[in-house]
Amino acid sequence: MLAEALALSAALFTIGVVGVLIRRNAIIIFMCVELMLNAVNLSFVALSRYYGADGQVFVFFVMTVAAAEAAVGLAIIISIFRHRKTVNLQNINLLRG
Amino acid sequence: MTVLSAGILPLIQHAAPAAGAHPLAGTVADWLWLVPLLPLLGFVINGALSLFAVAHTGPSDPDAGHGDVAAHDHADAGHTLPGDVASGSHGDDHHPVARHRFAGIVSVVGPLMLALSFVLTAAMFFAMRSAHATEPFIQTYFTWMITGELNLAAAFQLDQLAMVMMLVITGVGTLIHVFSVGYMRDDPGYPRYFAYLNLFVFFMLVLVMGANYPVMFIGWEGVGLCSYLLIGFWFSEKANADAGKKAFIVNRIGDFGFLVALMMLFAHLGTMDFQGVAAGAPQMSTGVVTAICLFLFLGCVGKSAQIPLYVWLPDAMAGPTPVSALIHAATMVTAGVYLVARSSFLFSLAPVAGLTVALTGALTALFAATIGLKQWDIKKILAYSTVSQLGFMFMAVGVGAYVAGIFHLATHAFFKALLFLGSGSVIYAMHAAYHKTGSHEDAQDVRNMGGLRRFMPVTWVLMWIATLAIAGIPPFAGFFSKDEILTSVYARAHGSTLAEASWLGIPGSALLYFIYFVGIVTALLTAIYMTRMMLYTFHGPNRTGEAERGALKEAPWVMTGPLVLLGVLSAFGGWFNLPKIFTDFLPVGPTFALEHWLDPVVGEQQLAVTHGEAVHLSHGTELLLIGAAIVVAIAGIVVAWRMLKPEKLVPKADSPADEGFERIFAEKYFVDEGYDRAIVQPLYRGSRGVLWRGVDAGLIDGFFVNGTAWLARAFGWLGSTAQTGAVGTYAWVVVLGVVAVIGVFTLR
Amino acid sequence: MSQLLDSIGYQSWVLPALLIIPLVGAGVLLALAVRGNGDEAGPARTARMIAFFTLLAEFIVSIGLWWSFESGSGWHASVNIPWIPTWGVRFSIGLDGFALMMVLLTTFLMPLTVLGGWTSVRTKVHSYLILLLVMTTGMLGVFLARDLFLFYVMWEVMLVPMYFIIGIWGGERRIYASLKFFIYTMVGSILMLVGIIYIGIQAGSPITGAPDFSYAAALGQSFSPAASFWLFGAFFLAFAVKVPMFPFHTWLPDAHVEAPTAGSVILASIMLKMGTFGFLRFALPLFPGAAMDPTVRAIILILAVIAIIYGALVALVQPDFKKLVAYSSVSHMGFVMLGIFALTVESVQGALMVMINHGISTGALFFLVGMIYERRHSRLIDSYGGIARVVPMFAAALTLVALSSIALPGTNGFVGEFLVLIGAFKTFPVLTAIAATGVIFAAAYMLWALQRILFNKLDKDENRHLPDLNWREIGLLTPLIAAIIWIGVYPAPVLRRMESAAHDLVQRVERGPQGRFPRPEGLP
Repeated sequence: MLAEALALSAALFTIGVVGVLIRRNAIIIFMCVELMLNAVNLSFVALSRYYGADGQVFVFFVMTVAAAEAAVGLAIIISIFRHRKTVNLQNINLLRG
Repeated sequence: MTVLSAGILPLIQHAAPAAGAHPLAGTVADWLWLVPLLPLLGFVINGALSLFAVAHTGPSDPDAGHGDVAAHDHADAGHTLPGDVASGSHGDDHHPVARHRFAGIVSVVGPLMLALSFVLTAAMFFAMRSAHATEPFIQTYFTWMITGELNLAAAFQLDQLAMVMMLVITGVGTLIHVFSVGYMRDDPGYPRYFAYLNLFVFFMLVLVMGANYPVMFIGWEGVGLCSYLLIGFWFSEKANADAGKKAFIVNRIGDFGFLVALMMLFAHLGTMDFQGVAAGAPQMSTGVVTAICLFLFLGCVGKSAQIPLYVWLPDAMAGPTPVSALIHAATMVTAGVYLVARSSFLFSLAPVAGLTVALTGALTALFAATIGLKQWDIKKILAYSTVSQLGFMFMAVGVGAYVAGIFHLATHAFFKALLFLGSGSVIYAMHAAYHKTGSHEDAQDVRNMGGLRRFMPVTWVLMWIATLAIAGIPPFAGFFSKDEILTSVYARAHGSTLAEASWLGIPGSALLYFIYFVGIVTALLTAIYMTRMMLYTFHGPNRTGEAERGALKEAPWVMTGPLVLLGVLSAFGGWFNLPKIFTDFLPVGPTFALEHWLDPVVGEQQLAVTHGEAVHLSHGTELLLIGAAIVVAIAGIVVAWRMLKPEKLVPKADSPADEGFERIFAEKYFVDEGYDRAIVQPLYRGSRGVLWRGVDAGLIDGFFVNGTAWLARAFGWLGSTAQTGAVGTYAWVVVLGVVAVIGVFTLR
Repeated sequence: MSQLLDSIGYQSWVLPALLIIPLVGAGVLLALAVRGNGDEAGPARTARMIAFFTLLAEFIVSIGLWWSFESGSGWHASVNIPWIPTWGVRFSIGLDGFALMMVLLTTFLMPLTVLGGWTSVRTKVHSYLILLLVMTTGMLGVFLARDLFLFYVMWEVMLVPMYFIIGIWGGERRIYASLKFFIYTMVGSILMLVGIIYIGIQAGSPITGAPDFSYAAALGQSFSPAASFWLFGAFFLAFAVKVPMFPFHTWLPDAHVEAPTAGSVILASIMLKMGTFGFLRFALPLFPGAAMDPTVRAIILILAVIAIIYGALVALVQPDFKKLVAYSSVSHMGFVMLGIFALTVESVQGALMVMINHGISTGALFFLVGMIYERRHSRLIDSYGGIARVVPMFAAALTLVALSSIALPGTNGFVGEFLVLIGAFKTFPVLTAIAATGVIFAAAYMLWALQRILFNKLDKDENRHLPDLNWREIGLLTPLIAAIIWIGVYPAPVLRRMESAAHDLVQRVERGPQGRFPRPEGLP
């Protein structure tokens, strides 16, 4: 049972990573990040069956943080869109040295 | 004065417990401190007047005062300083401006302070004569520097040697101050001039009265400062300012030697008092004493304008003529001779140093005399003559004949001051004449003079007295002193420590004969160039110019009066130290008065050079030497009189350039140019090109400092190129990094 | 006098008061600055008055030290309270002969610097004065500190205001100059911080492991030769930059040229003394073994002599008068280093005298340059010429100060150089004789510059109507000139107050690294 759950988690995580790396749209990238978080949540929950409830507690933390992050992140993306009329990350390089 | 004494006298008595035992204590000598203080007071008053007269304090915000031109126009009109109008190449310019508004007070304060000083000194002289003091009278005022092993007192000492110098300085100084009242009459810088002159006398007195070397050094550099200020008195002319600066810097080279000598004295003896050094000198090795003496002599070479540092003195003639008389003939330049005499306890122990001094003196005497032969500027002739006569003095003190050196110093002060002041009178007259017609001819060139005896008979007679004195014609002052020097040199060629020493492998005896020979030749040249100067200036036809001739006239009595007094001294100054051979023959005065007077100070040291026996020459030899000196002097005058034809001279403007050997003399052997090319220019260029631009801006700042900054920036640039700003790139790098880390851990 | 001072308990409060008074003044100014605009004439004048009287009060308070320290040896008027107990840092201040003179020099000059910048600083007046006041505390703290940590803090406290003063109120290249000044100094002092921490830990309690930064504890340490060498190197770098010694001097001309008048004065007169003071207080007594190592000593002495001659020669060819004075400082500070490392009582005393005299004379020179700059807006020597006849009082003052700078006997400059030379000659005759040639070059550069500014023909129309000194400027220069002559004629009281400190230093260093634990007989 555990092996299947972890495999699913790994698959989801990999999809998330690949999505972050290859997609240009900020919204999609943001969703991929959420996907990675949830992949981790899944493995937490799966493992908590064997090691006690600590993992489940952690999942709640992660979900809270993810919610806050979504709020802030979406606000930033909207703000960027208002300024630049695009959410394509290729065009946003304000951090360039 | 009483107010001052109330404040200072108790302080002295408190500070000088030993003075109670001295025979001079309780006499007028207790007022010793007042002698230099009076001129200092004069300086303060005159200096304050000079600044007060021109004081226009600026606006409280100087930056805002730009448009404030009108407010300052009157300031300029009120104190037009020279140089604004001055345009000739010569320094002695007189301008038709109103006299300085404080001129009256200054004319009283300046000379009066010095006269008081002289009276006080004279009173001390008589007190000293009756007291028969054998030890110096020392007054300690306060502790100057005290630390570690060093304990330096601000102290003056009065002994017979200092007394001679003080009399010369205050006496001749007073006369020159009085002369200046006339000479500088209309100068806009009148109070400033007297302030400097008074300050000079103060420092000169400190120089001769100091009880230890460092106090003497205060005076030593102080007179250099005043010389600098007075040479550049008409500072608006670049040449004058240059000359002042040159004098100070060349003197500083000498002062470096003085300083090193002080350091050596302190390192070896732990004291720099004259008494302490005199007591400790025999304990030092001969090598150390010789080194100290040579360094001290370097100081003398600078101050007294000997080879190779004589170059500043001829340039110093840029100053007002009374300054040349006081500082650059009578007093300051003789400080070197005084220093050697004062340090006789050292020099008498170091025959090699003594020979060096005498040889330098002899060579300088000859060298300067040859240059003097071809100069046209009347002051330059006298300047080279001064250098030459100083060489004579060093010949004397070098061979340990300290009295002869001081004797010549005194007589030279009389006749050279007279010559300079006389030339001052001449220049004054010439200048006034040229000024009248607005001509810019050179008022100091003898080619523009000629026949002046008709216009200035008093000056003519007095200058001839001085000329005969310097040429060494009996019975004028210079004859006795110069003869004594030559006799002393000759006498010490046998049976003295000098004769037995070897100087760079040359036997001292041979060297002394050579020095004597050089002295005789120089005496001949002296007679020639002085007669030449007199002939060109006063005899033959007048070359001043038709229009100007009528304006030539004798100077006012405030100027001629001091000349007469100096004339008397030049004529009879020899009486101060008549040789025995003379008084045997013609008993008109005391025998060897100066010799006896100075005996407590230098007597022992003189004997040390001659193995404890008085110099002894046979009657015949002595007569022969005197005869030779007289013959040479007369020969010089006759040769010059017969060979030179003042009638053939043409004014400066029409004169052809000198050629060949004459040109070398006239151009002073090109020594100045040589120094400039060999030392000054390379130093300047090296400092600018190598040290500043190369080392400082190039190597240290450019390479190391800015190089480091550049390196830091280069690394920064490298790092910043990795910073693309595209988040995607960062994410790729992170993932690849994670993969790499996991990969490494899995594969290991 | 000293009884009077005792009756008011002077010694117990004077040093903290000296550190606090400027801060109080700065606080008042800060409050005013928050309320009003300092660029306007009225408030700016009030602010200058407040700063001036604060610093004048500071000077008056400090002047009592002169009498209360009469013939003191050891520490005087000490205050010692815990500051950061867990790190073993104490707020420990005190005064010895060295510090006394430096403190008096600082408090003497600071009110004058406010006067000197009275009209030339016109923007952000409040900030400028606040920085001056804070810097005063920092500088006094450096001289008074008896705790290495406190010393370092004060060292940095004085650095930062100077950075801003150059960077904000400076000339055209002020940014470059202030950065160069800051980075140069930081590079040196950071290494010193490492050294200080090492010493603190070494000196700390072996049981609890708590470090101890007190000066006394540091003096009690005996380091291994290697440690001693590296620590000396760290301190050396910090102080050598500050002095500045020969190859580390290039920040000085830039900083001086760009700084406003007050900045130049403080930099030259007081801050440069921090370096040499550091050698006297820390580098020599803490690491005598390393400092007296023949090679180290020879290198430092040779660098000092190079600085004397090199500084003078480079000064000779400077077209900018401020730069000329800056290089002359390099030369003068070479004399100080020579005096310190020759290590005789006379030469150390001479070094201290040169420090004091350089503070007075060079400070006065910078004031004078500032005055003429305000009138003509040029520091180039060639912009002037012949102005002695237009501004005679300025000319008289400049001549006198220049003469003191070239050590004419009878002025203060001579006393210091003379003592250094005769003292150093006893231990290093040849080097000292070479150093003595500096007097020739000094005369050359100073008189040449003087000639080109004051003398020669008055050939530039802009100079024809320069106003002479005003009463504020006369009042500013008078105390400086009085000090020049007083120390030149009667330096004995100054020397007496520093004597025991110099003596102790020489003794301690000569005893060497084994000073506290004498080496047993018979060991190699």
